[in-house]
Parts: sequence; structure tokens; C-alpha cells
Amino acid sequence: MSSMELYIAIAIMAVVNFLTRVFPFVFFAKKDLPKSMEFIEKFFPATIMTILVFYTLKDVNFSLYPHGIKEVGGIVFTAFLHLTLKNYLVSIFLGTIFYMALVQYF
Amino acid sequence: MTLEREIKTAFKISIPVMMGYSVLGFAFGLLLVSFDYPWYLAPLMSLFIYAGALQFVAINFFNAKAGYIDIAIASWFVNLRQSFYGLSLLKRFKKTGKLKPYLIFGLTDETYALLTTIKDDEQLKKKWYYFFLTAFNQAYWFTGATLGAIVGSNIEFNTAGLEFSLTALFVVLCIEQYKNLKNSIPFLIGSISSIIALVLVPSDKMLIVTISLSLVLLFFFRQRLSNE
Repeated sequence: MSSMELYIAIAIMAVVNFLTRVFPFVFFAKKDLPKSMEFIEKFFPATIMTILVFYTLKDVNFSLYPHGIKEVGGIVFTAFLHLTLKNYLVSIFLGTIFYMALVQYF
Repeated sequence: MTLEREIKTAFKISIPVMMGYSVLGFAFGLLLVSFDYPWYLAPLMSLFIYAGALQFVAINFFNAKAGYIDIAIASWFVNLRQSFYGLSLLKRFKKTGKLKPYLIFGLTDETYALLTTIKDDEQLKKKWYYFFLTAFNQAYWFTGATLGAIVGSNIEFNTAGLEFSLTALFVVLCIEQYKNLKNSIPFLIGSISSIIALVLVPSDKMLIVTISLSLVLLFFFRQRLSNE
């Protein structure tokens, strides 16, 4: 992207981000949440987080050697850390170091 | 009018977030400049966007030269959960006057968690206490991101694989979601939609296609989801 395009993209994200946060204050100040919104509220965050894991791996070529094994290894290691130590900083930090080591030394 | 008490209390409560935001912010700054973007985009984004996951995803948008409409839609979905935060804060924010727009702007996951879990002290001027809490958190994120970007553009080191910090962040958020939901269907729907889109569409359209597909599937399985 050119620097003008970068600034426009940042402006768009700033506006959309504020709109998502201001949304309930504008629309639900008086009335209750409709049923379909409650359903989305409950289940969509988990869905989008899963999608974003895949999204970050979209450029990995699983059909070529080493078939994404480093990425899968990094994910398993991060998940293992998070399930045992339950500290999100430790999981993200060590998970990333582990993956960087895999990419840089193997 | 002295606000010393409000500042002190807000600072004390914000300390756990300081750790998290400065480290994650630093990683964001480092990652941004590792793709040769100018360092000042980090403070700029942290000032005006101020959203952890979205700022990381933004780097992917830049790299993929994503279209503006795609960026707008994807950003909305990435941050959709935050549209629901305000619901439990409608009452609390009622008497915050001129500070309200900033309080709403700064409603990140962590700030929301602090605002909703910490009991109000009756002696505090609440709106100022909320304001300082929000501002402290943003200051940590801003400082971390800026330092990361400056360090990254001045010190040469091998950053190959650093982009995995984003994957790791979402893996951790998935696990946290699962702990709350105890229901695997949304995760399956997310995975299946992603794999289908990865196979069928070019990678720059992947996010939008996946989100649409997953929404269709969620509504299709609505009955089963609600029964569990």
C-alpha cells in the first residue's frame, strides 16, 4: 500500500472500531436486545477467534514440505502452555519464541 | 477540585493491564516495522484505532493490499464482540457527560473487564476514575507499541516467525472462549468455514467469505446450539 492508502485504511479502521463500541449506546439505550442478537453475542466471538487463527495461517502452503508442521507445532505448544500455566502473556511470548526458533533453526 | 484519589486508585487497578499492554503493544510495534512500515504508524494506530486484535490484523490488511470495503467489513466483525460490552455499561456511563465519548472509544477487552468486575468506591468521582483508568490503559498500549516500533527499526535482528505472535494471541483467545462457552460447535463452524474458504477462494478474499459462511452455518445450527 502507498502511504496515502495506509492512512485511509487506518482512518477506516478507527471509524469502524469506534462505531462497534458506540453501537449499544446508540441502539440499545432504551430497548432490550432482540433474540437473534443474543444468539450472535453468545456464539460469534468463539467463531471469529477460530477463523482468525486460520486467517493468520492463510499464506502457509500445507501441500508443500514441511506441510505446515511448524505452525501446527507452534499452536499445540501455545495451547499446551495456556492450558497448564493459564497466563496469556507467557503463552503468547513463549509460543512465539518457540515458533521463531523452529523457523530460524530448522 | 482535586482528582488525586481518582488517579491513584485508577493507577493501582490498571497495573495488571500495564504488563499485558506494554508487552503485546511492543510485539505489535516490532511486527509492524518488520514489514518495513514506518515506525510512526504504531503510535498513530494506537492513538486512533486502539484495538489489540484489530491492529495486528491491520498489518495483514496492509500486506494483502486489502480493499477499503473489505477492511471495513472485516474490522467490524473482528471487533463485533465489543458491540456487546456497552450493554452492561449503559447505566454506569449515564452520568459521565463530556467524558463519555472517550470512555466508549477506550472500551477494550481489558478495560471492560476492569470496569465491570471492580466494585465502585462510593467516595470516588466516578466519571474521572473511569476516565483515568481508560487513559492509563491506552497509555500503556501506546507506549509499548511506540517503543516496539522504534526498537524494531533501529536494532537489526532476525524477526522471522515473529508474526506467529498474532496466531498465538488468537489461540489463547479461543481457549478463553471455550472456557466460557463449553460448547464446541462454534469452533467447528469457524474451522470448517475457514478450510472451505482457504481451498476455494484467493487468500485476500478469505476473511470475508469465511465470516459470511460461518454466519450462515451458525444460523443453520441455531437450534442445536441453543439446546446445548
